[in-house]
Amino acid sequence: MAIARVPVPEAVEAAPPGAVARWLAATREFCRARTLGAVGAAVIVVMFAVALLAPVLAAYDPEAVDFGAMLARPSLAHWLGTDSFGRDVLSRLIFGSRTALMVGFGASVLGATLGAILGVGSAYFGGRVDLYLQRVMDVFLSFPLIVLALALVAILGNSIPNLIMAIMVPMIPRSALVIRSSALAIREMPFVDAARAAGFGHARIVLRHMLPNVMAPYLIMLTAFLGQAILAEASLSFLGLGVQEPTAAWGLMLRGAAVEFAETAPWMAIFPGLAISLSVFAFNLFGDSLRDALDPRLRTQ
Amino acid sequence: MQARLARVLTVAIVLLLVAMPADAQDKPRHGGELVFVVPSEPPSYDAHQEETFGVIHPMAPHYNTLLRVDPNDRTGTKPVGDIAESWTVSRDGLTYTFKIRRGVKFHDGSELTSKDVKASYDKILKPPAGVKSLRKEAYESIASVDAPDAGTFVVKLKYPEPSILLNLASPWNWIYKADLLAKDPHWYEKNVMGTGPFTFVEHVKGSHWVGKKNPNYWDKGKPYLDGYRAIFISSSAAQVAAVRGERAMIQFRSFSPPERDQLVQALGNKIAVQESPWDCLNFVSMHHDKKPFDDKRVRRALSLALDRYEGSAALSKITLVKDVAGIQVPGTPYATPPAELEKLAGYGRDINKNRAEARRLLKEAGVADGFSLVFKNRGIPHPYEPLGIWLIAQWKQIGLNVRQEIIEASAYHPMLKRGDFEVAMDFQCGFIVEPDLDLPRFISTSDANYGRHKDTVIDDLMHRQGRATDLEERKKILRQLEKRLLDEEAHVIYTLQWHRIIPHLAKVKGWTITPSHYLNNQLDAVWLSE
Repeated sequence: MAIARVPVPEAVEAAPPGAVARWLAATREFCRARTLGAVGAAVIVVMFAVALLAPVLAAYDPEAVDFGAMLARPSLAHWLGTDSFGRDVLSRLIFGSRTALMVGFGASVLGATLGAILGVGSAYFGGRVDLYLQRVMDVFLSFPLIVLALALVAILGNSIPNLIMAIMVPMIPRSALVIRSSALAIREMPFVDAARAAGFGHARIVLRHMLPNVMAPYLIMLTAFLGQAILAEASLSFLGLGVQEPTAAWGLMLRGAAVEFAETAPWMAIFPGLAISLSVFAFNLFGDSLRDALDPRLRTQ
Repeated sequence: MQARLARVLTVAIVLLLVAMPADAQDKPRHGGELVFVVPSEPPSYDAHQEETFGVIHPMAPHYNTLLRVDPNDRTGTKPVGDIAESWTVSRDGLTYTFKIRRGVKFHDGSELTSKDVKASYDKILKPPAGVKSLRKEAYESIASVDAPDAGTFVVKLKYPEPSILLNLASPWNWIYKADLLAKDPHWYEKNVMGTGPFTFVEHVKGSHWVGKKNPNYWDKGKPYLDGYRAIFISSSAAQVAAVRGERAMIQFRSFSPPERDQLVQALGNKIAVQESPWDCLNFVSMHHDKKPFDDKRVRRALSLALDRYEGSAALSKITLVKDVAGIQVPGTPYATPPAELEKLAGYGRDINKNRAEARRLLKEAGVADGFSLVFKNRGIPHPYEPLGIWLIAQWKQIGLNVRQEIIEASAYHPMLKRGDFEVAMDFQCGFIVEPDLDLPRFISTSDANYGRHKDTVIDDLMHRQGRATDLEERKKILRQLEKRLLDEEAHVIYTLQWHRIIPHLAKVKGWTITPSHYLNNQLDAVWLSE
């Protein structure tokens, strides 16, 4: 008996022609309708450019000690002044953006992606798998992000890969929870039933049919996590548990001498503080606007 | 001519008066409560088994020791009697006989005798099973202690040891009551009963420790204070705020240079600052079993890379280090004269020449340019972190690529003991500046020889200096030891001598800084001018 193959609707499997044009139009529309989000995106783009071009943009080696320029005020030679070792604050900020983005992106992409896979898997399989996975997630969710990250760094040690891991782990359940709720609705869609009927394996259904359809909440979580991850990295470094001297990192620039010299050399604390605030603000603005743009209910309002 | 002489004499007298310490011009005043900050709390009340100033600072005023270091001696190296009224030394240098003061009473009213001194030293030298004594190894030269009568205490040595009197002036060797020790050798871990100038009132954990004047103190007229209150504050910013707000008058460990400057700026002439070289030092240990640090050329190169003089001038503005020094605190009897110090590898003034030699040595040892190593440092802000940044920048100058790994303070010593490092920050802090007390960690068999060097020459030199009774002879041996340790073999790399900075309210009088934060904490001579 011949079995007729039912064509499977794969919503996001292949991009239709003119995709670039549609993306450009969507970007233009985003910039017009969500100005603040566009400002956030612009700051993020600048941040990326600064991180990529750090060796070209920085006037000084960020780790070079120059005792002749200790605690120098902002001037033409050192636009944002120097720290207690005579290191140029601007150069350290520029190179610090690499650390912030590396840890921020590493932790949030891994955290959101692993969370998405677990969330979709949990929704797809349901039953006991869903029950047990969600209870494990509940345990992790009971710890505030920074507390769990602190504990993990204390256990793993404080290298950059460990820092990414420590910030990533608390993000997984947060991502899984949100993505699962979207995936539960998608699980009931006819194209998922069709895929099952066509005899596709679980992995294919989850990865090729369900995951692409939770991209909207995934992207929203990702942008929200980026700001949080940058803040968490700065917090851990400030507490001495993150990136270590002499590596340039914004949180690290805020600790130690920056506190002791807060009255006599305030630039040591002000500029890294501004950099952290601005980047987190930019990611949050962009994330909020992206959420609004991708949420059909808000889009119609 | 006579008129000129008179003028010169007048100027000299005026200068002398101006230069005289304020204390010498003031008469001690009775009354008042001294409030001071202690950055750490006592783990137990028994100084014989503890090693933190968190025990000494709040509790030393309750006790006396056999000898003490002269509280007015800024070098902290002159022993004077405390419970001992006087002492004699036999001609062969093997028997020390101490006359114990009469009329010294414990705070419960009972009289102190040599039996109490002997019981206390028995506990230190030969602690009963289950009782810790951290310093028993420091008294290996002692053959026996005895109390032939109530007023005499005798110490017999196996061999003459020039440092024994200073060792007996240890601020840790509090005299306990023999009867209490006989009943329970652990009694002093949780209780206080001494003969000191202040009696115990209360200890509220995490908050404060209070003592009040002992009206029956044997040193008549002392103490001057009615009492004291030690407040426990771990945060250095909060400590500064306490002194700045005049809620505390002094902190006896040290503040950092920026903290000192903040206080001076805020309080003006209400604050006085005492500073001294500190008998503490960070040095770099290199694991001798790990390549390439088994090669003395590499170790010497790491020392040659350091511009200690520039480091001293700059780092002394931001952290607790200052002097460029050898194996003893500058200004003390066995300190290295600067001219001799400059002959050691890495101590010469021509840094370009030093670094060129360092690069040559690394090349000769087969260490490539850009060689990477991990430097393990302790997670304590001052002076570990600034020193770590400085060392890494210095080593970069000779082509080394160093990554710093900060180890949390409580995990730090276990890491050193396991030997789980290539290059690590190490630490030495003494209570009295004395080679026998400061240098035993460099003997091959020492448990604190974390770099695990094996050097019989060092061992022999340590042995010989400890027995040299002639001062000049001992200095000569110490210079040889220093050259071997820091230059020829470069077993360790000395950084910079710590520098102790005590800003205190100017009304606190009668206290003199010494090179040790373990010394001069009995508070018997301290008084408040208002």
